[in-house]
Amino acid sequence: MGQYVLRRLLIAVPSLLGISLVLFTVLALAPGDPFGDLATNPNVPPEIALALRAKFGLDDPIYLRYLHWLAAMAQGDWGFSFASRTNVDTLILQRLPTTLYVIGSAQLLALAIAIPVGVFAATRPYSIFDQIANTLAFIGFSLPTFFTGLLFILVFSVKLDWLPFVYSTDVKGTGIHWVLEQIKQAIMPVMVLGLFQAASMTRFVRSAMLDVIRLDYVTTARAKGLGQATVIVKHVMRNAMIPVVTLIALQIPAVFGGAIVTEQIFRIPGIGSLLISSILSNDTPVVMAVTFVFACLVVFFNLIADVLYGWLDPRISLR
Amino acid sequence: MLDTELRTMINEVKDGRMDRRGFIQRMIALGLTAPMATQILAVGGVAMAQSPAQYMPTKRGGGGPLKLLWWQGPTLLNPHFATGTKDQDASRIFYEPLASWDLDGHLNPILAAEIPSIQNGGLAADAKSVTWKLKPGVKWHDGKPFTADDVVFNWEYATDPATAAVSSGAFGDATVEKVDDLTVRILFKVPTPFWANAFVGAYGCIIPKHLFAEYKGGKSREAPNNLKPVGTGAYKFVEFKPGDLIRGEINPDYHMANRPYFDTIELKGGGDAVSAARAIIQTGEYDYAWNMQVEDEVLLRLEKGGKGKTIYAVGGDIEFIAVNSTDPNTEVDGERSSMKTKHPILSDIRVRKALALLIDRNAVQKVIYGRAGRTTSNYLNGPAPFVSKNTSWEFSIEKASKLLDDAGWKPGADGIREKDGKKLKLLYQTSINGPRQKTQAIVKQACQKAGIDVELKSVVASVFFSSDVANPDTYAHFYADLEMFQIPMTQPDPVLLMRRYHSRYVATKENKWQGSNFPRWVNKEYDAAVDAAETEVDPVKRAALYIKCNDLMWQEGVMIPVMHRVKVGATANALRPVMSGWANDLDNLQDWYREATG
Repeated sequence: MGQYVLRRLLIAVPSLLGISLVLFTVLALAPGDPFGDLATNPNVPPEIALALRAKFGLDDPIYLRYLHWLAAMAQGDWGFSFASRTNVDTLILQRLPTTLYVIGSAQLLALAIAIPVGVFAATRPYSIFDQIANTLAFIGFSLPTFFTGLLFILVFSVKLDWLPFVYSTDVKGTGIHWVLEQIKQAIMPVMVLGLFQAASMTRFVRSAMLDVIRLDYVTTARAKGLGQATVIVKHVMRNAMIPVVTLIALQIPAVFGGAIVTEQIFRIPGIGSLLISSILSNDTPVVMAVTFVFACLVVFFNLIADVLYGWLDPRISLR
Repeated sequence: MLDTELRTMINEVKDGRMDRRGFIQRMIALGLTAPMATQILAVGGVAMAQSPAQYMPTKRGGGGPLKLLWWQGPTLLNPHFATGTKDQDASRIFYEPLASWDLDGHLNPILAAEIPSIQNGGLAADAKSVTWKLKPGVKWHDGKPFTADDVVFNWEYATDPATAAVSSGAFGDATVEKVDDLTVRILFKVPTPFWANAFVGAYGCIIPKHLFAEYKGGKSREAPNNLKPVGTGAYKFVEFKPGDLIRGEINPDYHMANRPYFDTIELKGGGDAVSAARAIIQTGEYDYAWNMQVEDEVLLRLEKGGKGKTIYAVGGDIEFIAVNSTDPNTEVDGERSSMKTKHPILSDIRVRKALALLIDRNAVQKVIYGRAGRTTSNYLNGPAPFVSKNTSWEFSIEKASKLLDDAGWKPGADGIREKDGKKLKLLYQTSINGPRQKTQAIVKQACQKAGIDVELKSVVASVFFSSDVANPDTYAHFYADLEMFQIPMTQPDPVLLMRRYHSRYVATKENKWQGSNFPRWVNKEYDAAVDAAETEVDPVKRAALYIKCNDLMWQEGVMIPVMHRVKVGATANALRPVMSGWANDLDNLQDWYREATG
């Protein structure tokens, strides 16, 4: 087992290096520069834009810039944003709590809906409940979040005037009032994202359950006279949850990466909106850091999933 | 009655979008007599020196919070590094210049005790120096006094090449010296009629010497106060999250009486313009949003809600089509659009004139810009003394066709004109932006009717406007026949706007396409007029020179003006912002207040 984990870890290092090289090259080759705004401003002499490019090393050859980045990164220096001249780690840490709160809540909501609905639908396949759940799930994941987000805003903010649609990181008040305000402003984005996730996850849980429910040992358990609830919860769900747990593990990086579209619609200052504004302003160090962190998380959770498999099914780690 | 609102209405009368009677009726409804209303109109028509906006509150503070929404979130708070209006606005909440521009493009003192003039001895008669007297008793937010040393330091800081400050352009090759603790003198090498560039407006904000002295030049990025501004402004710094949020609180020691009105200020960033308009006009969650680049149709629909409205300010921003003087399709010494070539089609003035006749500005204004644009035949659209009355535009497919006939372009079998076996085909590029693509379509349609085949091209804005030397799609490379975009007029003087097309600044491979004359237009008469205007001290002669420059562009048809663009903001009904076409939205923040009843 220990050897297996070590082997997987050693594979992760070169793959991360490879990912960083590809990311960096693509970013460096992408057109545009961070000081484009200065170009049409008659008040700024063109020499300044050139001096800034030179100062921030934008004119160096790509391989040299990559090596600089790698060396700095190895020492824990994430570089600084061209746009705000702030350190990149400060920027990311400022945004992370909001992302975790909103996207995390959405994932929890998705799980809270998907597992019971999926399990219940699988125990009564093709019943009315199953049909309705399926239809709703299909509608749910065919509607993109930018559409439902706008719909929610029009209904709950504009028409009914119940909820604010601009997410504020600076909520006034203290104690219970503060908590209530925080919940209130998160309702719409969490619903939009959560329902979207729940829809696809419900389908997944249902099919995983159906795969197991037909197996012989389930029939045996029933034949022994065990109650329906015991059979479903203790025998079926336990096995059906293995692929579901993997799916969840692999989705955790997405929680850290934020939801670009939803964050943009509701002005949530999360990682996703940081990424999009940095891409728009060609702020390479920030884009590089965010995407690289994301890559690390994906690799890391893949590793966890692999280890988890090895633990659930020892035959995998022996191979 | 709000000053800005009144001006918007006066402008509407001028443009014929509101008739005089309608204007006077609205004035009477507000309690004015008819003669008074007529007088307002007369004064507005002349649009000469007006006092700055009236400020009503009689005590400091008590106005509650002011909530601003900027759909591009500010990312830094040092005015010397500000790469766009968003950052300039953010810095301006805390820092101040010596003076800023008011609604009509006149100077309004902020940190200066008075505006220098020949009468008060501030301006030298030869326009080679200007002396600023500073307001006494001004304190930085940390309690230290503001003095001439701070002003001189800002010049040293900005002009140090290692700092790479974007504000350095405001100083040119001027030097700044301290006369006494409350007086500074700016010395110019040549007569400089536009002396109010340094320490004025967005790039003129002054940072404290005692906090930045150690961070001049190469160490400029390390200054802790880059993120925690300590200024002299109406609001003190509380919190900053780049791209997301800026918070400030009232400065109880502010140097202007009864100001500011609001107790706290919050500027939220991010999102898009349409939803920002919605948050102000429709739901009223926020008080003010800048730069409403939203189609007028959408704004009109939102305004039916009634919680807010749009406001307008006229400056000199111009949307235009530039005509390439060189050949983009021939390579000379590895360079396209080389100065050694002539454009095979567009070097004929009759073709350029025909193109100018094919821009249906009325349609563009009506269908696309609405209240945010005015039709114009001038490249230089303000301030009033500099605007030419010698030009006019018309849309006429017949006249254009006639000109093309005369030039020898005969319609071919497919309706496209030909000459010597060559098709009349032009490539027309611009940046990706809703209104621009729609304008392109309107122009293309008219050209087609006149027998010109126009191919449209659109480039992502971040590429089009970049200074990237290696990218062939930037506006400065101009590897097309026509291109369209906007040049903002950042101060109420034409010097920088008109200097751009001097033949000295042609963008070529040699200067890495950093020259501002991208149509690569060379006209000796224009060059001479621009050079003369830059050092002409007599304001009347100077205005005449710039009008001549504008008229030359028009006669030559190298810069075809499309739309004089007006700044648009969204505001809560009760808020009284001060918006000037000659300044950034927050340049007169200290004068903003809210009326008790909307």
